[in-house]
Amino acid sequence: MSAAHSHGPAVAEPTSFEFTAENIELAKRIIAKYPEGRQQSAVMPLLDLAQRQCGGWLPKVAIDYVAHYLDMAPIRALEVASFYTMYNLKPVGKHFVQVCTTTPCWLRGSDEVLHVCEKKLGIKAGQTTPDGQFTVIEVECLGACVNAPMMQIGDDFYEDLTAETTEKILDALARGEKPATGPQNGRIRACASGGPTTLIESAIKAGVKPAGQA
Amino acid sequence: MLRDEDRIFTNLYGFESPFLDGAKTRGDWSGTKEILDLGRDKIIDLVKESGLRGRGGAGFSTGMKWSFMPKTSNGPVYLVVNADEGEPGTCKDREIMRHDPHKLIEGCLIAGFAIGATATYIYIRGEFYYEAANVQRAIDEAYASGLIGKNACGSGYDHDVYLHLGAGAYICGEETALIESLEGKKGQPRNKPPFPAMAGLYSRPTTVNNVESIAVVPTILRRGPSWFANLGRPKNSGTKLFCVSGHVNQPATVEEEMGIPLKELIEKHCGGVRGGWDNLLAIIPGGSSVPLLPKEICDTVLMDFDSLRDVRSGLGTAAVIVMDKSTDIVKAIARLSKFYMHESCGQCTPCREGTGWMWRVMERLVKGQAHVEEIDMLLDVTKQVEGHTICALGDAAAWPIQGLMRHFRPEVERRILEYRTRADRGARVAAE
Repeated sequence: MSAAHSHGPAVAEPTSFEFTAENIELAKRIIAKYPEGRQQSAVMPLLDLAQRQCGGWLPKVAIDYVAHYLDMAPIRALEVASFYTMYNLKPVGKHFVQVCTTTPCWLRGSDEVLHVCEKKLGIKAGQTTPDGQFTVIEVECLGACVNAPMMQIGDDFYEDLTAETTEKILDALARGEKPATGPQNGRIRACASGGPTTLIESAIKAGVKPAGQA
Repeated sequence: MLRDEDRIFTNLYGFESPFLDGAKTRGDWSGTKEILDLGRDKIIDLVKESGLRGRGGAGFSTGMKWSFMPKTSNGPVYLVVNADEGEPGTCKDREIMRHDPHKLIEGCLIAGFAIGATATYIYIRGEFYYEAANVQRAIDEAYASGLIGKNACGSGYDHDVYLHLGAGAYICGEETALIESLEGKKGQPRNKPPFPAMAGLYSRPTTVNNVESIAVVPTILRRGPSWFANLGRPKNSGTKLFCVSGHVNQPATVEEEMGIPLKELIEKHCGGVRGGWDNLLAIIPGGSSVPLLPKEICDTVLMDFDSLRDVRSGLGTAAVIVMDKSTDIVKAIARLSKFYMHESCGQCTPCREGTGWMWRVMERLVKGQAHVEEIDMLLDVTKQVEGHTICALGDAAAWPIQGLMRHFRPEVERRILEYRTRADRGARVAAE
């Protein structure tokens, strides 16, 4: 596992961290899911809260804060933060672009998607643009293989990509817009692009043309 | 082809509302109390009778697994739902969670009751942010309607359902790694025994089941185990979500009858192989871990546990990865080797060292930069990794390579010879 996979922009390591009032409320609700004395179970969701509050990465003070919050040794929290890939131990750009390149995506052109990202943004995978807007990394299977190739930006999946649609998405984000998520080729989620071959009645009710119907 | 009236996941594509209003029109939560009134033993018997085998990859009898749980217990007992979907090629549980979350939650209540659980934790991979949001909304709806929580569905049984998000680690799909992760630790598999049924989450009796296994249970119990058992083939019964990716004209996730011919699955639901069936090179039929099959086997093989085992592969998660003749098959498998290297948790030496070693040799084989003897050496290493680790990740890293060599060894040898010929020619030119 390697979580320290991004070479981020020059952001100074903060010297202190504490949850916002809103995150304290969320943290309380998360901890309440687990039995008394088992609050360590909340370490992953709390690290996620901290990362979101810090703009997409986890400075050491935030990891220590979460450890303290849950009455854990700081090293136990760091162990978790460095084991799971979704925790960024270095700063990342505002738009954190994760391109899946595992075999199902590779078969359908993920090399090209990654290449477009690198070329368009002028950086290599693992790097961040000098203005701190974009970080691009290569990731392993994100679980949307029927909609390959795909990339995740922030929390959003962009699926059924081509070079052109990849470029359009990056352009839109750079302009401060929010591009439509999901399949970029007009199909409905994981349904065949030519229309559903099953669940015909429900498709028709929803105004969707089944496969093979003009 | 499976008839629409025999499908379980009737909102697979999200044509209808995923939430309680839509779920009720699809029959979810109808007669749940009556199902619980059957009692624990009867429910387990019915699930056994249906022939349901686990949908997460191993294909173990779900009812049998439940029967391993202690009959009485002082203190908490847990059901844990494995929604850490991450096996490359697999994206079926995603569709259940985002489009039919109530099937999963009703399944948690019934399965939880059958194993005597006090609570369910649903462990969803962290990347599925919106899928998790739909599941959470469905949980909230179910609580608000008295379907779960205290006196769930008016049954007198209390059952809580909680959602827990992962943070990026394939290994947490292994049930004991998932439990470690749920306890707030690194996701490294535990030595067994003790098995989770004896000492799982917080050292309490625990059953870990895949999302699809749990989500089909309410429908099986409503329609009766014989309905399910009569679909598919003996010991391979029911319906199954198949996710077909790669070189087909229309990749799709679809629910079909177990035992559907692989060719029919692809031609009926996915618009056929790109360039036609004769343009097919090979298929990985059950997610990245299972050995690939060359076209001549794909021509006739049936998609179920035993048929695929008989051709030395597996149904796994029923994630079908199709590769046409344009595919660099060695590279396709080498990329999987890289995946396993990346995902090895590092706990067992054969896997920690072996996955990297296998990937490096595979990368050389892509170019042919190797000696022919190294093929056997590589196969020997796969055998040293396989079966010598705490969990099956080592096996999963070994099998794709073994499948490649079983069916495409001549191609690997051809590359080596070609590379050497080129190198020899280069040497002669340099000498002139």
